[in-house]
Amino acid sequence: MDQLFNRKYIIQGLFVLLALILLGKLFYIQIATDKYFVNANSNALRKIYVYPARGVILDRNNKVLAQNQPTYDLLVTPKLVKPFDTLSLCQIIGVDMPTFREKLRKATVRSRYQASIFQKLLSVQTYAALQEKMANYQGFDVQKRTIRYYPDSIASQFLGYMREVTQTDLEKYEGYYKSGDYIGKAGIEKEYEVDLRGTKGVTHMLYNARNVAQGRYADGKLDSMAISGDQLTSTIDSRIQKLGEELLANKVGSVVAIEPNTGEILAFVSSPGYDPNKLVGSNFSNNYRDIFANPNRAFVVRPIQGGYSPGSAFKPLDALIALSEGVVDPNTTFNCPGYYIAGNRRFKCEHVDGNTALRWGISRSCNTYFYNIFAKMMTKNGFSNTKQQAAYEAWQNKVRKFGIGDTLGIDFPGEKAYKLYRAKDYSKIYGKYWGNTTIMSVAIGQGEISTTPLQMANIMAIIANKGYYIKPHVVKAIGSGRKIDPKYKEKHYVGIDAKYFDPVIDGMQDAVNTATGTATESRLRDIIMCGKTGTVQNSRGKNHSVFIGFAPRDNPKIAIAVIIENGGYGGSYAAPIASFITEKYLTDSLSGRLINGATLQKYKDANLLPVPKTIKPIKPTSKTDSLKADSIKKAAPKGKTNVAVNNFNKEAIKPKNNATAKQ
Amino acid sequence: MQQQSNRFFYNVDWVTILIYVALCAIGFMNIYATEYNPDIAIPLSKAKYIKQLTFIGSGLLIGFVILLLDAKFFSVFAPIIYGTTVFLLLIVLVVGRNVGGNQAWIAIGSFRLQPSEFAKFGTALLLARYISSFNVKLTTLKPILICAAIIVLPMCLIMLQPDAGSMLVFLSFMFPLYREGLSGNLLIIFWGMVLLFILNLYFAPSILISSILILGALFIYYNRKKQQKIISISIITIIAIGYLFVAKFLFNNVLQQHQRTRIELILGLTKDNKGAGYNVIQSQTAIGAGQVTGRGFLQGTQTKFKFVPEQSTDFIFSTVGEEWGFVGCFVVIALFIFLLLRIINIAERQRSSFSRVYGYCIACIIFFHVFINIGMAIGIMPVIGIPLPFISYGGSSLWSFTILLFIFLKLDSNRMGFI
Repeated sequence: MDQLFNRKYIIQGLFVLLALILLGKLFYIQIATDKYFVNANSNALRKIYVYPARGVILDRNNKVLAQNQPTYDLLVTPKLVKPFDTLSLCQIIGVDMPTFREKLRKATVRSRYQASIFQKLLSVQTYAALQEKMANYQGFDVQKRTIRYYPDSIASQFLGYMREVTQTDLEKYEGYYKSGDYIGKAGIEKEYEVDLRGTKGVTHMLYNARNVAQGRYADGKLDSMAISGDQLTSTIDSRIQKLGEELLANKVGSVVAIEPNTGEILAFVSSPGYDPNKLVGSNFSNNYRDIFANPNRAFVVRPIQGGYSPGSAFKPLDALIALSEGVVDPNTTFNCPGYYIAGNRRFKCEHVDGNTALRWGISRSCNTYFYNIFAKMMTKNGFSNTKQQAAYEAWQNKVRKFGIGDTLGIDFPGEKAYKLYRAKDYSKIYGKYWGNTTIMSVAIGQGEISTTPLQMANIMAIIANKGYYIKPHVVKAIGSGRKIDPKYKEKHYVGIDAKYFDPVIDGMQDAVNTATGTATESRLRDIIMCGKTGTVQNSRGKNHSVFIGFAPRDNPKIAIAVIIENGGYGGSYAAPIASFITEKYLTDSLSGRLINGATLQKYKDANLLPVPKTIKPIKPTSKTDSLKADSIKKAAPKGKTNVAVNNFNKEAIKPKNNATAKQ
Repeated sequence: MQQQSNRFFYNVDWVTILIYVALCAIGFMNIYATEYNPDIAIPLSKAKYIKQLTFIGSGLLIGFVILLLDAKFFSVFAPIIYGTTVFLLLIVLVVGRNVGGNQAWIAIGSFRLQPSEFAKFGTALLLARYISSFNVKLTTLKPILICAAIIVLPMCLIMLQPDAGSMLVFLSFMFPLYREGLSGNLLIIFWGMVLLFILNLYFAPSILISSILILGALFIYYNRKKQQKIISISIITIIAIGYLFVAKFLFNNVLQQHQRTRIELILGLTKDNKGAGYNVIQSQTAIGAGQVTGRGFLQGTQTKFKFVPEQSTDFIFSTVGEEWGFVGCFVVIALFIFLLLRIINIAERQRSSFSRVYGYCIACIIFFHVFINIGMAIGIMPVIGIPLPFISYGGSSLWSFTILLFIFLKLDSNRMGFI
């Protein structure tokens, strides 16, 4: 039997070998892969999320700008669906049968056991109709959640909007969001998403194979309560925000108002706007498309994304630097014969101002005066190109201190820097040989300089503060007692002594408050407004109307910049609009006065929207000064535009004689 | 001597009994875990773990009774025991209760008995008796045929229930026969046929036939000088091809649809995650969820919340896998392998070939159950619904394995005597 005895080992060996096969497979499914582990958790363990209320957004006077309203989602758990009257359900939720079947099929593919969203954002009415018959629809369920509601329908671009998270968002925010969640996508809703959203609550529930809840996992030790989002108190004053939006109706432009001593933004108007409530709820896609189709680009946040040459509004800054450098004093005069000769070029001035000193120069917006002081600044160390270029470099550094040429760092997404050339940028264009005459237009805020309305308003805040600014910001308080970022409390000094500001402010006061001033349209009854108009040359159509200013002169409360595209002279639209807004802000009322013989209502009604002359293929113009960075997908009037003809424009507002000839 | 051998535990292999108790205890714990629910109290009278406790208790009682009997009893009464179990298999076809499509149960009061479980030790005893009888050599045809008849008779009766799982268990008797001298070639031919049967499902007949022909031609070419071999190779080739058709016919016409589905699932021929494949997927998921050390006793979510069907019986191993992890699985498999190797070692030390054959029989039966049961829980064997010895819930199977094992222990305790 020796030979047969060996068979024992064959049989024992077989046992061990097959046992090792079992262990090998066990090793694979238990240790080598976590596929089964993950499946097991999705089998039995389910996270039930409780959505917190999103933080409310208030204006500076605690008036509600954004709040929440209830909406309802219809959920379906395919496994639990029993045959029912599908047609009635289709009618209630407003889908047709094929769509219904397709949705049910998709839900089944997602999961037979887990509830998924069948129809989103049902209205309260639909919900009410549905609720009566819910018992008939087994496997369907309604989940309440909240969406935004903007009571005043104002400040659309300021508040922004929310939409469903994208794949990118899901990856970016490390698992907080899940598919179907909403996230702030623009404006305050985006910038303060983390504060506003709060924290989702989560309940870990165990489910058995029949999808019946079996209680909390680990006795609820991992569960958490939903924490409501923080309330945001914005710096906006909804009274002037609303007035600003009304005044800019049917116009393209922007209003930015800043409280100078805090940097808080009081008004943030971008026109055209839209009703923020349109980007809420089930019509989001259609409305989004419509708004996007607006040829004047309603989604552009003009206060921080619109780029405009400041034009004459740049002159006070010019003067400040000249004074601080000592190339002129307030009494230095230049003769203005109506033009300025630089080299062999002759620059026009709009009027003959005679012997012009600083105060007169600003109030009359005399180009010749500013060409002269610019030339003096550029040549103060000598006339050689190198010396002039060095002088320019030093000069533009001082301009930069005013927040031009770079972003200001507002707590708002999408801010643009726009441009201010450095010496080397000019050298790229002109080579080695350029001097003050080459770049003379910068002296009057034209040419290679452009700013956002926010930057312009900020310059006014600097002048109002006589030498410093606080980074403009839109939120003054988060939640109860949480401080905002300390960087929005810091004073940024521009490096110019306070004493140089008075003569400039005098000039701006005269521009508004003397009969010969260029900004008399902005004059207020009992308040001294200081300001400066600008008429910005626009290569694509009628000039842009610009006004910047602050009020009152002593202890200023508001610094403002108004830009009305294609508005013509600064005094035509920008100055009156600034005047109304400032009056409303400072006195909380409107006196009903006429400006240029027109009522407030006339200004609101004025239509300055560009209308396309002809629609033909447009050659991209490489040298434009505004908004060229934003792409636009339709045959918008990029080339020639014409201002809409309306009687009001022709007749009602005729700038007074003394204001007609100004730059 | 006579006095000593009549005592309860004289010469009994305590290690085997300890492993037996350990496995029963593991079974009890895991059955308790499958039912455990802190929120819903199950009345004790209905609780499976209480029932299992009575099965274990009565099983031990049966075991002691067996140890009380004279060792010669089993050898002498083997034909009667075999006859009785075969009779029960016949009875069950007439009066049996149909549970889950199989007419496999005889109801006695509230108890249900599964004769196919008891047919295992009946067959083992008669096989041992026959092989150990004088002048039987498994190298000649007649004894082989008689052995085959002893094995195939209960198989056929069980197939009539029909309970393919329990029927296939009887294939494990092949290995004791091999130990006693059955040609290894027969085993190779048999498993070769099984392999062909499986390949038959994977590949088109034309491919299989042509590859068998090519293989045959190659063999003939290498043995072209030996005429005898050429003939036998030709015959084998022809038989193999004929077998392909028979196998196809068997598969399509003899097997039940659910068995076909299970075989196809395990071979990866069809995918069905919610139907018949559901059991395996859920069982694998539960076991995989255990990872290295398991979720802990009573912490399994898959097994507790009824994701795995047949939780306490056929798929009890998934509870072990989920709550005790790889470590627990390893321990259970190691205990079984230790037990089986020990049984074979004990069998080899027997003087009487009856005891030795019987020992091999039970080792192979237990191993077959263990391998198939765990294999189906982890998805490498078709789901044929046979219990995990000593661990699965159920009186018939626990008693049957207890009787199998304790008869062997009794035989071993008497290894010095003659049977």
